[in-house]
Amino acid sequence: MRVFRVLFWLVFLLAILLDSALFSWNRCSAENTGSSATTTSTLDGLSLDPVDLINRQIRQGWQTHRIRPSRQATEGEWCRRLFLDLLGRVPTVAEFDRYLSERPAADRRRIWVDRLLGPEYREQYARNWRTIWTNVLIGRTGGTNRRDRTSRPGMMQYLEESFRANKPYDQLVHELLTATGSTSPTADDFNGATNFLVDKLEDKAVQATTKTAEIFLGLAVGCTQCHNHPFHEARQNQFWELNAFFRQARVEITRDPEDNGRIVKATLADVDFAGEASQSSADRRRKIVLEMRAGRLVDRDAAAMLAAPVFYEKRNGQLRVAYPVFVDGTSLVEKFSQKFPDRGDEYGNSGLLADVHRRRELADLVVASHFLELALVNRMWAHFFGSGFTRPVHDMGPHHPPSHPELLAKLAAATRSAGFDLKRLQRWIVLSEPYALSSRHSRSNAKDDPALGEPPRFSRFYLRQMRAEQLYESLLAATGAQQTVPAERREQLKERWLRQFSTAFGTNDQGETNIFNGSISQELMMLNGDLVKRACSLGNGGFLDQVATDRQRTPWEKINYLYRAALARQPSSHEISVCNELLQSREGDIGRSLQDIWWALLNSNEFILIH
Amino acid sequence: MLPFTLPKGMSRRHFLRHLAHRVTLAAPSLALAHSLRAQAAELSQSHRSCILLWMGGGPPTIDLWDMKPDAATGGPFKPMGTNGAGQINQQLPKLAMQMQHLSLVRSMSTREADHQRGRYYMQTGFVPSPNVQHPSYGAVIAHELASQTADLEIPPFVSVGGMSEGPGFLGMGYAPFQVDSRGRVKNLDMGVDLARQSDRARLLAVLEQRFAREDRGNAASEHAKVLEKTFLLMTSSQMEAFRVDREPEKVLQQYGDTNFGRGCLMARRLVETGVPFIEVNMGGWDLHQNCFTSLETKLPELDKAMSALVEDLVQRGLWQNTVVLWMGEFGRTPRINGNAGRDHWARSWSAVVGGGDIGGGRVVGATNEDGTRVTTESYSSEDLMATVCHAMGISLHTTFTSNNGRPMKIANGGKVIGELFG
Repeated sequence: MRVFRVLFWLVFLLAILLDSALFSWNRCSAENTGSSATTTSTLDGLSLDPVDLINRQIRQGWQTHRIRPSRQATEGEWCRRLFLDLLGRVPTVAEFDRYLSERPAADRRRIWVDRLLGPEYREQYARNWRTIWTNVLIGRTGGTNRRDRTSRPGMMQYLEESFRANKPYDQLVHELLTATGSTSPTADDFNGATNFLVDKLEDKAVQATTKTAEIFLGLAVGCTQCHNHPFHEARQNQFWELNAFFRQARVEITRDPEDNGRIVKATLADVDFAGEASQSSADRRRKIVLEMRAGRLVDRDAAAMLAAPVFYEKRNGQLRVAYPVFVDGTSLVEKFSQKFPDRGDEYGNSGLLADVHRRRELADLVVASHFLELALVNRMWAHFFGSGFTRPVHDMGPHHPPSHPELLAKLAAATRSAGFDLKRLQRWIVLSEPYALSSRHSRSNAKDDPALGEPPRFSRFYLRQMRAEQLYESLLAATGAQQTVPAERREQLKERWLRQFSTAFGTNDQGETNIFNGSISQELMMLNGDLVKRACSLGNGGFLDQVATDRQRTPWEKINYLYRAALARQPSSHEISVCNELLQSREGDIGRSLQDIWWALLNSNEFILIH
Repeated sequence: MLPFTLPKGMSRRHFLRHLAHRVTLAAPSLALAHSLRAQAAELSQSHRSCILLWMGGGPPTIDLWDMKPDAATGGPFKPMGTNGAGQINQQLPKLAMQMQHLSLVRSMSTREADHQRGRYYMQTGFVPSPNVQHPSYGAVIAHELASQTADLEIPPFVSVGGMSEGPGFLGMGYAPFQVDSRGRVKNLDMGVDLARQSDRARLLAVLEQRFAREDRGNAASEHAKVLEKTFLLMTSSQMEAFRVDREPEKVLQQYGDTNFGRGCLMARRLVETGVPFIEVNMGGWDLHQNCFTSLETKLPELDKAMSALVEDLVQRGLWQNTVVLWMGEFGRTPRINGNAGRDHWARSWSAVVGGGDIGGGRVVGATNEDGTRVTTESYSSEDLMATVCHAMGISLHTTFTSNNGRPMKIANGGKVIGELFG
């Protein structure tokens, strides 16, 4: 079964990648700092510029399915979505005006994509992508409980630094998988990268296995850990063989007995793994006794080199053994027997760090695997388009054929070829034709909507709601509050505010829920909550106060300013007349009128939806 | 459209109801004419409700409802007789006294043993699909009982102390309203006077409608629908139903001053108010480790709250109109693992049902001597859902049209568990 799956992918990839000359199993250097990225617009082995590639492939899909794409998005719509997707907030009025006055107009979009990806916005970019990836790697609730091993600030600090430096993605993944050190920024041996794995190693590292496969390889393997899954029996070994890579990892916890067992320090390290047999329930298992012989730890009874196994239970109660084998079938036994033919057949299964460093081996295999770029491109595409080539993004494979297999494979190849430079991949996507389409549909493409369950054709921009983080940052940007509160304090306030939306289920799969999903609770927060109340405050010197008391602007200009700040557009004539009516009924009380107009703008569907 | 002035001679409640509708420009509800909500007693005559007691994490039903004291893996607990047909765990003495009202289905057999997939399957009757989001129990029942909720100003689907699967293709108008077990609903007050609330609603309506008319997809109009419901709820006196702290201390003690206890008490208050579906969550059942020591504390909490709920509903004459369903996403392995825990097990487990037209005190189905296999006809999530719908008088011929245009049978075409009726 596993062989078939792997074969399917190999055939699928080979067919597409033959001309790209990228099909190499060579390991990427973990020390690669990304300086090797090519700078020409056309990449080695790829005959097209990736932007052209996207445009052609997507257009082809429209032709095949007889769809007419939507018209172009307006400048305001495009600018707004670009800011929201790259920086996680709406543009300010100053930025929007500057965007509109950019010349030559034909280069406007390219100039602004490069600007947002460049030094001017580096800090904001890094903070946005740090937030996105923190949620991917440890969820919205990870590290929010004082008993958690994860340090949320530690994870964020590491990611922020990584995105600030535009660290190549393969290097990032390698670091996350091999990290050792302490989780918290206050520790002397702090390594923020440890925070990905540190809370996933309990319960036989099942979560480490599941999340690594889902996030980095796009393979949903979670259910195959179960011994009672009738149709996944064949893949169960695959899960535990991947799991075996994590079993040298250990977490050391220091608690404060005075303070309700609060975790003072959590440190991730690698130690020799003696295999599972001697330590688990094992009523039917042989007891393994370890001895030192000739400086080497061996199993006394077997008198052989220590092969450190992992056991799992089949549905019928039978115990099975697993050793490290990657999802593509590469086993450490094979690899090490080729490398060190004189050390015996089982050498690659050794649990001794001095022999085999399993996490490092895994990280090498992951960054060399084509699943890495396929999963990355699919995830990144979904970020910008509201739908990946497969849904959900972390469950790729023959059972979920991608909507655009050729585009996915070629874009993935180009990404590897470009040294996993995330900003380049993002640049290709946002400069593409489908990204610039309006969200308004015509009769021809009304059905092209992932919410309707059809494979996406990307003939229109799919509506989606801002995430809670985007709303928060957008309100700050729109009211100019960014400048008034120090960055660190702002982050603390934001984290505290965000917590109201997420709840952990408390199950072993670390499931969680988020009510910032268009629910009534979310609406109550928008209509009446403190955040919007503050944004609508008429307090002295605040945003609305400044607009209201500005003598340079007429009432009409003030209303116009609010529309641009919230929606990146001018009010329509109908909207102006309604606002004027309000002003008249208030007998010119401009402050309160603007307050109510601003409140309505921030509560509108047009504001909360990315369109 | 109303003008920018406060209409004179209109009661606050009427006015706010108008306010809600002006956001969407929906026709004012006929219920506007009813100035007084019918009394709880009257409601109980016509309104039907369902309470789902959701055991998040997957409870070890072999230790609760289908004990195997003679099996090697039966665990340390002892069974006791009840007022119904079956024996249950000795640690559930109060429930044992109520078992003439509840029935055990010991022949549940499902295939999803992953939390996320299991939760989806048990709460919707469908296995997860990348193309369709299926509506969960609460959304289906709220949708089908819409005619009884014309007077309802609070959401018809309430989830206490947790989160259920969503409304799927039925849309955010049927999404669960999530509250904690103390019934604290935040952000109810806009902090400006009625006249300005009215002005704001009008300004908002202009924006909402403009955008929703631009053919950008459902999300725009869904937003307006949720806004309307939110406005309604903000000023509703029915929000009192969430205030469990208004109950006499004696009643609170009866249910137990725990999250689950307060949740069950709130469920009863919501039933009295006419809410058709309430889910009360009790988590912490994912007992991979120390299953039995954990049960020592969990079982008394469950026993107290669930027995009080049943007794209370019966005493208040609400039992005939209220269906209660107790389940989790799956059961747990009959085999005990090395950490004195039980792992996920979907192949043979138990659910508990009662109320409405369901016969009480019965035991449906059986498992073999060590609980690893159902020996009678087995039942699925679809069957359980069909049974609940049937018990609530919802037709099983109901068919929905999913978002991708396909017809979809209510409860995925499950069959009613016949032994529970007649």
